[in-house]
Amino acid sequence: MPIDPGVDIPSFDPSDGVPNLFASRRSRLLVGRRGVLVSTLSTIVILGLIVALLFVPSGGAVFRYTFFNLHDLWVAWVGDPHLGIDAVRDGLVTNIWMFLVSEALVLILGVLVAWCRISQSPVLFPFRMLVTVYSDVARGTPVLLVILIVGYGLPQLGFGFISDQSPAVYGVFTLVFCYTAYVSEVIRAGIFSIPNGQHQAARSLGLSHASMMRHVILPQAVRNVIPPLLNDFISLQKDTALVSAIGVVEVTRAAQIFSSTEFNESGLTLAALFFLVLTIPMTRLTDRLIARDRARRLTIVT
Amino acid sequence: MSNVVLEMDSVVKRFGENEVLRGVSLELRRHEVVCLIGASGSGKSTLLRCVNLLERIDGGDIKLFGRSLTDPRIDPNLVRRHVGIVFQAYDLFPHMTVLDNVALGPMRAHKRNRDEVHEEALVLLERIGLKERANDYPERLSGGQQQRVAIVRSLAMRPSLLLLDEVTSALDPSLVGEVLDLLTDLAHQGTTMLIATHEMNFARDVAHEVAYLDKGVLVEKGTPEKMFGSPDHEATKNFSVEFAKPHPLPGED
Repeated sequence: MPIDPGVDIPSFDPSDGVPNLFASRRSRLLVGRRGVLVSTLSTIVILGLIVALLFVPSGGAVFRYTFFNLHDLWVAWVGDPHLGIDAVRDGLVTNIWMFLVSEALVLILGVLVAWCRISQSPVLFPFRMLVTVYSDVARGTPVLLVILIVGYGLPQLGFGFISDQSPAVYGVFTLVFCYTAYVSEVIRAGIFSIPNGQHQAARSLGLSHASMMRHVILPQAVRNVIPPLLNDFISLQKDTALVSAIGVVEVTRAAQIFSSTEFNESGLTLAALFFLVLTIPMTRLTDRLIARDRARRLTIVT
Repeated sequence: MSNVVLEMDSVVKRFGENEVLRGVSLELRRHEVVCLIGASGSGKSTLLRCVNLLERIDGGDIKLFGRSLTDPRIDPNLVRRHVGIVFQAYDLFPHMTVLDNVALGPMRAHKRNRDEVHEEALVLLERIGLKERANDYPERLSGGQQQRVAIVRSLAMRPSLLLLDEVTSALDPSLVGEVLDLLTDLAHQGTTMLIATHEMNFARDVAHEVAYLDKGVLVEKGTPEKMFGSPDHEATKNFSVEFAKPHPLPGED
């Protein structure tokens, strides 16, 4: 519609003089080398304040003794067989293998479940129904509850192989059961994020549906959902702690045993540090992988 | 068998209530180039997509090498291996290098040996002057380069028929020339092509036959001389003569 000539369109009137195009004094202070100096200074001040909080107030010593007692941290780490204290460092191995195995299985099954849910093949119709129900159940029940049901329930059934597994295996089974549902939803979203043109281009080359998914759609879909996928994996790594509920002596359990024997919480601090040390590098690594992939594919415009 | 590659007989296609193709008939022989012209929404793209089985027709018949594509025994994937299509938006695979884009079809659809396919792909890329970009990712290429790679990706399948759906419409005017030059080369080498285009000068120079579509009806077809000179129908004249003005910018290449 043409603009009504009677309507006054607001604009800068040059007769008012030169418009101001300069940044404010304050924002000029925060760019370039001066910006680096300012950020360094503010970091030192804030970190200094945090450290001071640990040492200066009257409760500081008690706080340090309760959570950061170096001697107790060490004992919790190596364990003490005479007192029946399991070493946190031994539990660590259990957590690591549990989440590595779980993550591998979750990724594979997650892709399969997502594939099944979006497939239109009539053969898969009953599976699609089952998988939808599964996904609702697995996402709707607390992980701890499922661990208890599986870990205590299955051995009582007396079904041979199914009932003869170690608690750690039941733990892995539960984690895979619960997390596959989340991960499959993430991957499904990733698949939907791929533009239709990609499907068309692949199909018009005469690729089969399976080839198209494997070579064109899934590689792009998974790349697009790496951040939420990583979120789920970090969550899974932390939830290995829940497996302690059915008697697996992993990091959390070992730390708990230490704390209840020695009446000092440094063991728990150690367990917390372990989870942090595990997940933080993983997020940084993924950030770098994403950045490298982007840089390789795109000419970055800033 | 005769030289007829593609035969369309009263093709009808509907999207719900909307009849997009209303009985289009067209024939394409080996080594022939037919250009489809017409306003946006006239059904040019839909017609191409029906040949490639990306759309199913609702009436009439399309025959490829004398075989009806409506035959239930037809495997769309096999049809598509013989009929290449290039889209307006190139749709290269962004997660693969240029070389892998070109090699994907022959390797995964024809299940051919990787080294052999790569060798052939490099020859094709050399022909369009992009051999040294083989290991780059598509988004680093200009639009014109991407579209030429997309054309080569289709050619790598050695199609009997190449469909081109307004392949220059998304390009910067300065990049149109390099793509049209490639298509002209292909035409001179005898590639059988069905081309939906808005580039009237190109259609006039390259096509053996030009067909004018209007609102899903094939109004008129004939030699470029006739279609751009003295068409029988007033509607064709209004369209083709109006738009067949000299190209504003010759290709820079």
